[in-house]
Amino acid sequence: MANTYTLIASNTVGSGGTSAITFSSIPATYTDLLVKMTARGTDTSTNGWNQGGITFNSSAANYSSTIIVGRGDLAAVSFTGGSTALDYIFYISNSVTTANTFASTDIYIPNYAGSNYKTVSSDFVEENNAARAIMGLNAGLWSDTAAITSLTLTPSVGTLVQYSTAYLYGIKNS
Amino acid sequence: MAAGSTYTPIATNTLASTATNLTFSSIAGTYTDLVLIANFKSSATDGISVQFNGDTATNYSWTLLYGTGSVAGSARYSNQTGVTIGYTTASNFNTTICQIANYSNTTTNKTLISKGSSADYENDNMVGLWRSTAAITSIKINCTGTLQIGSTFTLYGIAAA
Repeated sequence: MANTYTLIASNTVGSGGTSAITFSSIPATYTDLLVKMTARGTDTSTNGWNQGGITFNSSAANYSSTIIVGRGDLAAVSFTGGSTALDYIFYISNSVTTANTFASTDIYIPNYAGSNYKTVSSDFVEENNAARAIMGLNAGLWSDTAAITSLTLTPSVGTLVQYSTAYLYGIKNS
Repeated sequence: MAAGSTYTPIATNTLASTATNLTFSSIAGTYTDLVLIANFKSSATDGISVQFNGDTATNYSWTLLYGTGSVAGSARYSNQTGVTIGYTTASNFNTTICQIANYSNTTTNKTLISKGSSADYENDNMVGLWRSTAAITSIKINCTGTLQIGSTFTLYGIAAA
């Protein structure tokens, strides 16, 4: 792995599942962060998926986001997220959808150690060989000037099941 | 996105003063794809677009999928003088990730896909085409307004092998 694109930490959920994945003590030595996630949860909503959010530095304030999704059986829609987390930043396949299927998400966080407000870009897909699936984009903003030193990924309902994964990469521009 | 030793920073530019454009030049043809990461803010609600090799003719086209938070839509633009790859506002920085495939071959027109994320404006997914078989050796980034101090642009090269 080049020094420009380095695995900082990873988490594979074990048996019993987990309510959230946290990466802490993130060093400030990179330019950008990238989280690559595959997730399945215990949620039981009939669509076959649900969403999850990210928070930084254990903060529960000053988040905003704009989301667009397409699900195959309806026209694409756009909506905004809440202020206590960047919700809809990742998606999970849930317990009623095709077995052994995990939704995939990339979350990109540029200049995470700087003093500007932090912007976040994510794209997610949940495909399940059923009547509907979901894919989309999230433009997120954390209106806080603090350097990001930890992040937590939490499903909106239920827990993440075994074999869900999250990888945190640091990217250097030099 | 595969990475490893194949993901190499080519050049980076953090604006120390405002600007309406910037250029990455003398791009070597030694990679397979290029990735441009932009984290930028403008003087107003503006877009940034790319032009290649100094070509300012109407050899570009692009298609857009966007969401504003209340409206989802799509649009397309033919015979343009550049490809818009992201929008931003005067209030907050935008994140744009733009990938240019097979930029150095001399047999095919060049395509790109870009994801622009502006939480207080809209998020976008663009696909663009430059109708030229020339290898891309320079990229000019134009803003419809004025890019603000602290905006960052980094160009990475990705080698398939």
